[in-house]
Amino acid sequence: MDLMSLTAVELGKKIKQGEVTVIDATKACLERIKKLEGDYNCFVTVDEEGALKQAEEIQKKIDNGELAGPLAGVPVAIKDNMCIEGMLTTCSSHILDNFIPTYTAEAVLKLKEAGAVIIGKTNMDEFAMGSTTETSYFGATKNPWDVNKVPGGSSGGSAAAVAAEEVPYALGSDTGGSIRQPAAFCGVTGIKPTYGRVSRYGLIAYGSSLDQIGPIAKDVTDCATILEVICQHDDKDSTSYCEAADDFTSALVDDVKGMKIGIPRDYFAEGIDEDVKNNVLAAAKKLEEKGAVVEEFDLGMVEYAIPAYYIIASAEASSNLERFDGVKYGYRTAEYRDLHNMYKKTRSEGFGAEVKRRIMLGSFVLSSGYYDAYYVKALQTKALIKKAFDEAFAKYDVILGPVAPTTALTIGESLQDPIKMYLGDIYTVSVNLAGLPGISLPCGYDKDGMPVGMQLLGQTFDEKSIIKAAYAFECTREYKRPDALTERGL
Amino acid sequence: MVITDETIDYVGILAKLELSEEEKEQAKQDMSNMLEYVSKLNELDTKDVPAMSHAFSVNNVFREDVVTNTEDRENLLKNSPEQKDGCYKVPKTFD
Amino acid sequence: MSKTFETVIGLEVHVELATKTKIFCGCSTEFGGAPNTHTCPVCTGMPGSLPVLNKGVVEKAIAVGLATNCTITQNCKFDRKNYFYPDNPQNYQISQLYYPICRDGKIEIEVDGNKKFVRIHEIHMEEDAGKLVHDPFTDSSLVDFNRSGVPLIEIVSEPDMRSAEEVIAYLEKLRLIIQYLGASDCKLNEGSMRADVNLSVREVGSETFGTRTEMKNLNSFKAIARAIENEKERQIDLIESGEKVIQETRRWDDTKEYSYPMRSKEDAQDYRYFPDPDLVPIIISDEWLEQIRANQPELRDEKRIRYKEEYDIPDYDIDILTNSKKLADIFEEAISLGAAPKKVSNWLMVETMRLMKEHEMDPEDLKFSAKNLAKLIELVESKAINGTVAKEVFEKIFTDDIEPAEYVEANGLKTVNDEGALTKTIQEIVDANPKSVEDYKSGKEKAIGFLVGQTMKAMKGKADPGEVNRILKEILSK
Repeated sequence: MDLMSLTAVELGKKIKQGEVTVIDATKACLERIKKLEGDYNCFVTVDEEGALKQAEEIQKKIDNGELAGPLAGVPVAIKDNMCIEGMLTTCSSHILDNFIPTYTAEAVLKLKEAGAVIIGKTNMDEFAMGSTTETSYFGATKNPWDVNKVPGGSSGGSAAAVAAEEVPYALGSDTGGSIRQPAAFCGVTGIKPTYGRVSRYGLIAYGSSLDQIGPIAKDVTDCATILEVICQHDDKDSTSYCEAADDFTSALVDDVKGMKIGIPRDYFAEGIDEDVKNNVLAAAKKLEEKGAVVEEFDLGMVEYAIPAYYIIASAEASSNLERFDGVKYGYRTAEYRDLHNMYKKTRSEGFGAEVKRRIMLGSFVLSSGYYDAYYVKALQTKALIKKAFDEAFAKYDVILGPVAPTTALTIGESLQDPIKMYLGDIYTVSVNLAGLPGISLPCGYDKDGMPVGMQLLGQTFDEKSIIKAAYAFECTREYKRPDALTERGL
Repeated sequence: MVITDETIDYVGILAKLELSEEEKEQAKQDMSNMLEYVSKLNELDTKDVPAMSHAFSVNNVFREDVVTNTEDRENLLKNSPEQKDGCYKVPKTFD
Repeated sequence: MSKTFETVIGLEVHVELATKTKIFCGCSTEFGGAPNTHTCPVCTGMPGSLPVLNKGVVEKAIAVGLATNCTITQNCKFDRKNYFYPDNPQNYQISQLYYPICRDGKIEIEVDGNKKFVRIHEIHMEEDAGKLVHDPFTDSSLVDFNRSGVPLIEIVSEPDMRSAEEVIAYLEKLRLIIQYLGASDCKLNEGSMRADVNLSVREVGSETFGTRTEMKNLNSFKAIARAIENEKERQIDLIESGEKVIQETRRWDDTKEYSYPMRSKEDAQDYRYFPDPDLVPIIISDEWLEQIRANQPELRDEKRIRYKEEYDIPDYDIDILTNSKKLADIFEEAISLGAAPKKVSNWLMVETMRLMKEHEMDPEDLKFSAKNLAKLIELVESKAINGTVAKEVFEKIFTDDIEPAEYVEANGLKTVNDEGALTKTIQEIVDANPKSVEDYKSGKEKAIGFLVGQTMKAMKGKADPGEVNRILKEILSK
């Protein structure tokens, strides 16, 4: 039996039934990581010693009945922008490459309470700024489906680790598509919950009004199960939703009869790959065959989402990243003349090109004389985008569309032209602006055999509808792992 | 919108970033392209649209005025590049 | 002929609110403490930490707003003010620019019998910065974040003041209101109240304002008065010599009595304010507002009227007593413990004032309890101790807040009420001082004072002087 091909819930079940020990599962993970990391570079930190220690403790708790949840004993990888007490947390940046937090992100705490074994921290675009995981200070992560391709980003390490079966599931964060797009590029499933569902405490902020933590796993069942654990109110996050977690797993039923699904015509207009378009539309057809009422409509505002997103995210980032200054933690430049010189050298040496680009843009749009023209305008656009979605959700339970206009790009391709890279976020960023939940799941392959993802969007706090639709679709197909794993005899 | 050297220098002061000449040229180009791109928003009539900072409305989130934190200085200071006498040490701020 | 100028002054007053915890985290606001012992991930700007607003801060800010006749912004928000400085751990300060909690207030001041209103433009909530100390050994600065995140309100006046006297009157009035509300102790020397002075000059009669400067680092009323005079002269000199006043922030050096610009080319005064996405709007309902209004304590003007009615003490005393929240509190508490208002007032007006002057203290620094003062008054009333002893005991109460009955007992200060013993001592004094007796008998009434004094000395002060007088006169008349 190959433990690593199991889903998180399947593995949890075997651990619960005593067929597999937590140590076995943890060792299997560590072994797989050792075997593949040289090729894929999914992790920034692998905490072998800590993981084995946790595994022992958790096994004891399972044995004496203290831990009985579906994720007890199942290893997990955490994106490296979530703080874990005593574990290096870098945001894949030089400026934090020695930072060891004294506190743990609330979402990670929830997983720990549920008996998760933290294996390590996954690679990402520096400070989550990017869509390819190429901007990491620790080198690019490779797509397990084709090592010449990017895994997507910014949670590329998390998505690739799950696809490569280095870990059963992982946490990512999504500011403009950073869970959904890498999940699509790597042929796995990811959910970006409604803004406020998961506490942001301990998540190193990129765009505070957009950031949201969510799961990346092999299937919808795993994602719903993980959501039930991490969606909790947190007094430490003022934007945390007050209600307790929903029973998301109750939506795992293969029944979409009468469900109203809208397909935005504007998502298929131009710039979308034929393969992506055909696979996503074919998926819609499947749901229709299962009894859903599928209809095309005009969502509107689509082309304004990226400009609004980059203004808001860059502005917030320029402020959020001011704290990295060489005073309290992280990197400080070796030589400096005075205070301001220390600041400038530390930050110029500590941040990579894409981060600097966004900080510059963000500082500019907030600067005196430009605030109204850019920042306020973007917030007004955000209101219009939310309104467009509200109107759509008055008619449909779920919106179905592609995750990205293309499948995974070749490494190096998008770094040349930032705007071109930003355009790849066209279907994902509006969801963050409107605070909506979205799920990304594989729905087919392009002519090169690379995975194509589809996205299901729901009204705020209606994760259940998208889980239900996604589950019903998932029931029509088999999970497929990257061929490379089989070729390696794994 | 054309971005001048002065603008890049000014933003550099605001953002505490020091760019090399080469980086500056690139930054001018990038920012200019980006601003031109985002100017697409000007097509929208937003005269009566409120600026929305939060996508859904949660208000009045407070903590009660009760001390909950205990001393943890050693731990917090552990990450600082330089420290002295229980303080973070920085280049002098006094003339 | 030289022109006549008038000074136009507006103030930005920062007041630290007297909450137990910081504005956005559960760290203590207690003053002092070893560096960085009152800190946590939030107030040291650790990555991933998030602010959560202290409700007490909002309530105190509203209370000050109501007491200064402001309109309360019922839908207000926090903004980030971005600037790099090591005492500011996030390199942005959470403050309010777009929707401050209070607007359009006014308070009445009085200078030389002339009353006028000073308008308040706005009051906003914000977090305090940490403290920087210069380390001479390494020629660097050390950062202590204990004060980082202590709640502040900034009270911004309109440019309605025209002299240092008006400025001081405004500040004193403001301080009193805030102290009465219990919103802050407002100590200038400890920095819990800080005033920045915006000053410009213009020719008398001119309708437009001149270019203003902002003066910082003013740590006492005296420093404020000196800085205003100095800056006024500096600006007038500039104008009269044909130069221009530059709009800038200046730092006052009170020992050298001059100011200098706080400029740096690395500081563009462009704070890039925007709404803080980590905090949610504050909606202040009518009910909440009414509740705060209903809980407002009695302010000075109301107290004055009540003291007059209830306690029948002189207006002068009322003025002094109500001019400090602390004095008024001690006064009322002592009365509530049964002491007579006039007696309490006397102790506060005479001995307390004398000792405060001697110790160079403000009423707010008083440490003694009303309970011990009330007990002392009781001891005097019951003639357990005499007035001289009482003063001595009060000094101990003033400095160490001792329990007077215990102290009197322990030090054997109780008045001797044994008439036989007293008569015996007086007889001895009379016998030993025939000259004084003769003087008295020949009409020198004053001579009796000497005999009383000698008796008190012999009794080690533990006699009732009235009683000594009575017995002495009896003996002398024989």
